[in-house]
Amino acid sequence: MTEIIQKVKNLSIGFKSKKGEEILILRNISTNIKKGETVGIVGESGSGKSTLALAMMGYVKHGLYTIDGECEFNSSNLLKMKNRDLEKIRGRKIAMIPQNAGQALTPNLKIGYQIDEALQLHSDLKEEEREQKISELLNKVRLPSPETIALRYPHELSGGQQQRVAVAMALAGTPDLLLLDEPTTGLDVTTQAHVLELLNFIAKDTGTSMVYVSHDLGAIAQVSDRIIVMYSGEIVLEGPSRDILKKPIHPYTYGLLKSIPKLSLAGLPQSMPGSQPQPGTMHRGCSFFDRCDFSEEKCKNNSPQLEYLEELNTSVRCFNYKSLMNDSQINQTVNRIKTSLQDKEILNLSEVSISYAKQKLLDQVLNRISDDNPTVKDININIKKGETIALVGESGSGKSTILKSIAGLLRTKGGIIKFDQNRNLSSDLKERDPNDLRIIQLIFQNPDESLNPNHTVEEIIAQPLKLYFGLKGEELKKNIIDLLQKVRLGEFYMSRYPRQLSGGEKQRVAVARAFAAKPDIILCDEVTSALDVSVQAAVLNLLQQLKEDFGTTYIFVSHDLAVVRAISDRVAVLYQGRLCEVGPSKDVYQFPSHPYTEVLLGAVLEPDPDIKPKLVAEDIVEEKPPQKGCSFQGRCSRILGDICKNEVPPWQITNSGNSIRCHIPLKELQKDQIN
Amino acid sequence: MKLDNIYQEEKKSNFAKVSEIIITMASRPSGFIGLSILIFHVILAFISPYIAPYDFKAINPTLMLQAPSAEYWFGTDDLGRDVFTRTILGGRTALTITFFGSLIALLWGGLLGIFCGLVGGKTDDIVMRIVDAFLSIPWILAMLLIVSLLGTSTEVLIPALGFFYGKGIVRVARAATHDVIAKDFIVSARARGHSNFSIIWNEIIPNVRDAILVEGAMRWSWMLLGFSSLSFLGFGVSPPTPDWGLMISNARGLMSFAYWSVIAPIVGLSSLIIGINLTADAFAKALGIDRSTKAPV
Repeated sequence: MTEIIQKVKNLSIGFKSKKGEEILILRNISTNIKKGETVGIVGESGSGKSTLALAMMGYVKHGLYTIDGECEFNSSNLLKMKNRDLEKIRGRKIAMIPQNAGQALTPNLKIGYQIDEALQLHSDLKEEEREQKISELLNKVRLPSPETIALRYPHELSGGQQQRVAVAMALAGTPDLLLLDEPTTGLDVTTQAHVLELLNFIAKDTGTSMVYVSHDLGAIAQVSDRIIVMYSGEIVLEGPSRDILKKPIHPYTYGLLKSIPKLSLAGLPQSMPGSQPQPGTMHRGCSFFDRCDFSEEKCKNNSPQLEYLEELNTSVRCFNYKSLMNDSQINQTVNRIKTSLQDKEILNLSEVSISYAKQKLLDQVLNRISDDNPTVKDININIKKGETIALVGESGSGKSTILKSIAGLLRTKGGIIKFDQNRNLSSDLKERDPNDLRIIQLIFQNPDESLNPNHTVEEIIAQPLKLYFGLKGEELKKNIIDLLQKVRLGEFYMSRYPRQLSGGEKQRVAVARAFAAKPDIILCDEVTSALDVSVQAAVLNLLQQLKEDFGTTYIFVSHDLAVVRAISDRVAVLYQGRLCEVGPSKDVYQFPSHPYTEVLLGAVLEPDPDIKPKLVAEDIVEEKPPQKGCSFQGRCSRILGDICKNEVPPWQITNSGNSIRCHIPLKELQKDQIN
Repeated sequence: MKLDNIYQEEKKSNFAKVSEIIITMASRPSGFIGLSILIFHVILAFISPYIAPYDFKAINPTLMLQAPSAEYWFGTDDLGRDVFTRTILGGRTALTITFFGSLIALLWGGLLGIFCGLVGGKTDDIVMRIVDAFLSIPWILAMLLIVSLLGTSTEVLIPALGFFYGKGIVRVARAATHDVIAKDFIVSARARGHSNFSIIWNEIIPNVRDAILVEGAMRWSWMLLGFSSLSFLGFGVSPPTPDWGLMISNARGLMSFAYWSVIAPIVGLSSLIIGINLTADAFAKALGIDRSTKAPV
């Protein structure tokens, strides 16, 4: 039997509320981390996964305290240790890789110096040896030319590179246990795939145990040997990762896996009703009872114990797991998108370009924008009424920028935005008349920021109704209630403040506010990325339903390609503010033809240990688009030569109506796909 | 929806909100002390004309510099006037003038700050440079100039103090607005086409109000000190109006043998300043502006 390096025993962590009640964040957690294994901890936000990971290095957040239990490492309880003794363990024996490496690195110290500091603290190497060790570490995390990287400051590196540096620093003390708290969450898809691949390599190479905390089952599937699923402070399922992902025997995991949109399946995933109970609102019985499809009478009053199943090597907290064992396959019942496409064109962007460059004085005086290499260029898209078009691309691809310009929030440098075939929309907000503003509404990424915290739900939804339709009194109230019902919220939500709502409810209020204006076009800017997976599916389903009811057109921006696959009719792939490929999503996903689309789709992580991401191109980050030629020339693995560097590629149109901007002939592009 | 009754906090009336804030303030010892002192002073200011035992300007040469006694609780001053009467009346002027001064400071400073923060660009640049220029003038010199040109009447003092103490509020309000306008709900209001006025009134003010009120409360105590300094220098209210600054100034030469005539106004002034400061601190904490005392999680 392999050696156990970290033993968590009956751990409960909580805090005292204002009323003096003890509120538990972690409830009676017991688990073991074995030497050399990678354990993934998944759960929705608020499930206590980060608290558990921090407790594993003997750290309890300010305000929380250990109520019971211990975290045993090298047969000593970390939670009872003095700080001085903990210092010897942290970094040397247990190291942590934070979520946002950019914030974890000191901005005014060079990378080399920071790693050297870690080495001084956590190793006994002499000065000359340390210098060599630094480049060795940087090499290990596959950073190009370690010598130059060591001399740079954190802000001179890209997000992925910063995360690699954080990994290098964590490895400086050659730890036995590595804790990773959402290490790839803020990264682009392609970068994320590369970092995960690196982590896998390091786990094998050094034999370090890893605890990988994430909400993303796709990422967890790629790295972990064993998975712990947490729900409202409890372990609900624990077992080998393949079994858990393929045959989840706990209803929560089952529902969670069903609610994740997948690349291979068009249409919307099933949503899970309700949301996770807040800490402190525990009742008797199973904490998942309210949302469970398999619940029985006894689940209401008796809480199930974690039961170890010898034959599956799995622990499960459910009375009814047997009924799930028979129903082993995840039958993904998918609500197909009903496309209510009309031929009428509703929005037309032609030759749109947008620049962020700082304007010279002369240009300011003449009130013009001059920039020969603007951030966004040559955008030509026709959007039909009732269509959902998605703009996809990595961060910096200009997708949100284009949305802002359509909404009138950002002046364009050139080009025309036309509504309903004949009406020109000015790119300046002040020049648009109220009706032009009404027809285009926005839904934002983070409902915490897009709803005024000092307004009630009623006041929030009333704003567009008052502004555009001048409603008052009873009529206003009736309309608000009507809208709330449309987004599946009850009347009693009217008097609530955003802080009293859960993430999904907040986003529903934001959706209701957008629909209050009776818009023709709704711009959705990463509307689901701040939400938990189980809630995400519900919001997507709602958006789809509303679209069918109102005939609204959506312009959907997302970095999550699986979500885009689920909801969109058409996809436009952007790189560095230039279009690469536009086409029906069915075709783009089935036969990705543009080299960049291929890279993007290859890097998507699926919650399936058998589907490994394909890493086609390097994850370099380009600061600005190339002056001439193809926008993707810097990273393209199929570059033809000078033609790609000098000439802007032509549009090629496939039989299925897919437009591709590439110099490589269509036949060749598609041939390679099949291989 | 079975989970709906988790959040039971409903919309409260304004009265309920204010009383909740006051209760939170008073539940902390420092807040309780501050509030008690402030309330004591305010009540005293209201009732002092009715409870004052003597006429504040009645000069009686035979009673010069009497030590405290049963008849004259705080003794008498160099003109034979009752110090107790003058002390309880002295807070009245100071409180009234500085209270209205702070209101003016809050109004113009807060609104200008919010406006600059929202509009940004050149307007913001120009206005803020002017504010900076005013900030660099020592306020006491400027006040002395204004008072000597326009006289020391209440109508001059209140706006002058309000103006000079509002400059600092402009910066605070502008900074608070900057925190808010980056948020998407402002972008959303802009995209809907709301007017600047509507954005300021509906979206920004509810979010920066707390920060500005706390700043205003702090300014109040500084203004009180400033106003008393002016009186001390002889540029505040004019004799024989009872005023703490003036009383301290008159009696400071007699401190060595008639300490009572100076101690009473000093205690009055400093306790009021401490009271306002403690209240402002407790106010900030009750509103959750002070980060160090935020509840965990």
